[in-house]
Amino acid sequence: MNARLNVEPNLPDPDAFYELLIDSHQDLDEAQSNMLNAQLVLLLSNHIGELAVLREALAIARATVQGE
Amino acid sequence: MDIDDMDIDYQARVFDYVPAAAQAGRYPVVVVGAGPVGLATAIDLAQNGVPVVLLDDDNKLSSGSRAICFSKRTLEIFDRLGCGERIAAKGVRWHVGRVFNRDEEVYRFDLLPETGHERPAFVNLQQYYVEGYLHERAQELPQLDLRWCSKVTGLVQHADHVVLNVSTPDGEYALEAAYVVAADGGKSSVRSLMGLESIGRSFRDRFLIADVKMTAGFPAERWFWFDPPFHPGQSVLLHRQPDNIWRIDFQLGWDADPVAEKAPERVIPRIRALLGKDAEFTLEWVSIYTFCCLRMDSFRRGRVLFAGDAAHGVSPFGARGANSGVQDADNLAWKLRLVVKGEAPDALLDTYASERERAADENILNSTRSTDFITPKSAVSKLFRDAVLQLAKDQPFARKLVNSGRLSTPSTYAGSALNTPDGGQFGGCMRLGAPAADAPLMLDGAAAWLLRQMGNGFTGIYFAGSAREALNFGQDAVPVRTLVVAPQGQGGPGIFEDSEALFAARYDARPGSFYLLRPDQHLCARWRAVDAPAVRDALAQACAAHAVQPLEHA
Repeated sequence: MNARLNVEPNLPDPDAFYELLIDSHQDLDEAQSNMLNAQLVLLLSNHIGELAVLREALAIARATVQGE
Repeated sequence: MDIDDMDIDYQARVFDYVPAAAQAGRYPVVVVGAGPVGLATAIDLAQNGVPVVLLDDDNKLSSGSRAICFSKRTLEIFDRLGCGERIAAKGVRWHVGRVFNRDEEVYRFDLLPETGHERPAFVNLQQYYVEGYLHERAQELPQLDLRWCSKVTGLVQHADHVVLNVSTPDGEYALEAAYVVAADGGKSSVRSLMGLESIGRSFRDRFLIADVKMTAGFPAERWFWFDPPFHPGQSVLLHRQPDNIWRIDFQLGWDADPVAEKAPERVIPRIRALLGKDAEFTLEWVSIYTFCCLRMDSFRRGRVLFAGDAAHGVSPFGARGANSGVQDADNLAWKLRLVVKGEAPDALLDTYASERERAADENILNSTRSTDFITPKSAVSKLFRDAVLQLAKDQPFARKLVNSGRLSTPSTYAGSALNTPDGGQFGGCMRLGAPAADAPLMLDGAAAWLLRQMGNGFTGIYFAGSAREALNFGQDAVPVRTLVVAPQGQGGPGIFEDSEALFAARYDARPGSFYLLRPDQHLCARWRAVDAPAVRDALAQACAAHAVQPLEHA
């Protein structure tokens, strides 16, 4: 239960990941892209499985959005 | 739930107003409202020797089928009140729910996947039958004085009693009570008279209930559709009731016209879209409703105790309205009985409020979450809802997120001040503060259910190591009426045998274990060995005879 969100670099090949993320949206319209993102959030949240980690991630994302 | 009725066809009895006999004296308890909650409270008190007056401003039973899903725990409470069998026998038993997204099944759940319980997960039964059976049970009790057409129009609290002003077709009279139970529904007149409010969140959506009489091949299951082809963009819920009646619930959206949508020429095409254009059916009842999740700040105000919809309201998804109200009655009646008989201090009634306020919070939380899933109120909320439904078809994890209503389960009073902390390690499904789980037993070669052996007072259960130990257990060893259960294969004359070893499994019972259950069958103490002084202390604790601490947040 003490797991914390890892915000240190953790992706072995960041550029490859980023390319994969963008490519996965190729040829999708905006509604489909939104749906893909939503499903991705659900899939990854289930994989993480720690409410405390998810809460931290959501809080960081929300604060970043609101800070702009 | 705020119901705007338009009754098309339903059975209703009309009861004669009978002028009340002389009003001299003070009643221990007056209950206001003869719905399921008021009837249950009054029956419980009267069958245990407390004279009670039950007032109702009307002279009829429920209009329309209204609450139709009665849970296992509610049936067990009705068993104790002497009318569970009729309700269970008339009701349609069900335990499986199916959820569809458009026309595909995405999720199926089973609310009672195990055997070894007398009562099913749920029965569906029109509220007017439940009230009718409760009313007939009430009429068997000489201590229960039910007065129809008697509206409470005034209430004054004094130090040791309450004076109610009662308006009848013959005029008004004053009625004195040591305690008043307000079970007079979501628009509680007692609550208004006291200047109190039930506060919370209302949902901007409208739903159409249609009760339809037809012969149909749907199974006795709860079916829920998100965005079905026959009612696009909205949800639909289908339940089977007795007498070939089917409940269909159509989500309409906030912009729907609540008057126009009740017209048969608007309702019938919606039903035809579901059943097929050639379906033959008749409309029994139609209603449009909106709902709120709300509760009173405190369920106790001096000598007035609020129960059921008067105290709290939830959305209908989850069948948590009538069921939680009956559980309020179950919690309140024994406490009132002990207090008015002088067997427990008035402070015991504070624990009614604290335990049931927590239960209401739990019900409101579940109900609000279901409602947010069923009627998403923003574009992103709908996006995630639809994402869950799309994933659910192939991804097991997403099925757990589908929320078409989390169906009523009884609350566990885990942090209650009436509990005595465990005197040992216990596993199994029974947590301290939980309502007793049922278990099949054998007595002298005949099957018997555990919950049926409990009676209306505190009950001890002693789990003996063998038939010999069971026979040697002396009732005078503990200060409470005690059931003696012997392990599987260790039966004998007059001994309850744990014939399927389910008592031992559910209660994590070992030879010598002793359990103390409150009159409402909630577990309040347990030990690995019998210790009479400890049992006596726990009984006092459960009656608030020790100083009562505020309910801890567990």
